[in-house]
Amino acid sequence: MSLKNILKQISGAWYFLIAIILTYCFLFIFSPESFFMSLNFFNKIILKIIPVFVFVFVLMALSNYFITPKFIIKHLAKKGFKKWFFVIIGGILSSGPIYMWYPLLADLRNRGLSYGLIACFLYNRAIKIPILPLIIFYFSLEYVIILSFVMILMSIVQGIIINNLLD
Amino acid sequence: MIKSKIKQSVIKSARALWKSTPVILGTILLVSLISSIIPKSFYISVFSKNNILNSFIGSIIGSISTGNPITSYIFGGEMLNQGVGLIAVTTFLVSWVTVGLIQLPAESLILGKKFAIIRNISAFILAIIVAIITVSILGVI
Repeated sequence: MSLKNILKQISGAWYFLIAIILTYCFLFIFSPESFFMSLNFFNKIILKIIPVFVFVFVLMALSNYFITPKFIIKHLAKKGFKKWFFVIIGGILSSGPIYMWYPLLADLRNRGLSYGLIACFLYNRAIKIPILPLIIFYFSLEYVIILSFVMILMSIVQGIIINNLLD
Repeated sequence: MIKSKIKQSVIKSARALWKSTPVILGTILLVSLISSIIPKSFYISVFSKNNILNSFIGSIIGSISTGNPITSYIFGGEMLNQGVGLIAVTTFLVSWVTVGLIQLPAESLILGKKFAIIRNISAFILAIIVAIITVSILGVI
């Protein structure tokens, strides 16, 4: 197999990783201090997200087992507020970095979930119940209630816009 | 039958995660790089203009920043203490968690380029709208 064919088989995702690793190599040469700081930060994040990774994997396996295209059509593909409610609650209750959820959402998309509902899910991930006490501490309870309500409303607006543009 | 279905679900999930591994690793490396290079004082020093300009700046900085929302609450609280307007601070907080320019390559590769671009642009604009509505309601109450 020629080098050209091997390169063709490598997905864009690996080129992305290679580009970032090369950036780190340059950083190591020109600014070793920043390199080690970044690497320490990377280690901390990796250690934090391993349990999330496991959780996401379990959720993906469960969703693969239970959420069939038939299920999606039954619960999410019908019109009305119920499907939006379902996605909003899912977004608020989901945890971990946003990019950890992309594979699961891509999988659900392949099984019939609309782009608008995916956008609505991602928008509602911004509302994090476990860290609400901190934002209340800085900005007051009134502010947090109004902000959360407006954000939920806007997540639906964004979902409708994206559905009209893409689906 | 059930055992085989479980096995299939696990294999399918493992394959999907493996496919996303380079993007996830690359994103974490990029996030680490930016978080280490940009000092916290940078965020406070930039917000010293008028409310409208600050909200755009807030949305831009929130969009390129990444990390735990706790960090954005602390930055936002500090900015408010420094005299930055609530609309600008709210725009910053909302765009921090709803727009992901750092995650854009990952989102594009996994969920589609068109979707990722439209979602992030609309989230950027909505962050300003959310801030204006929130602060207006708060003012009325």
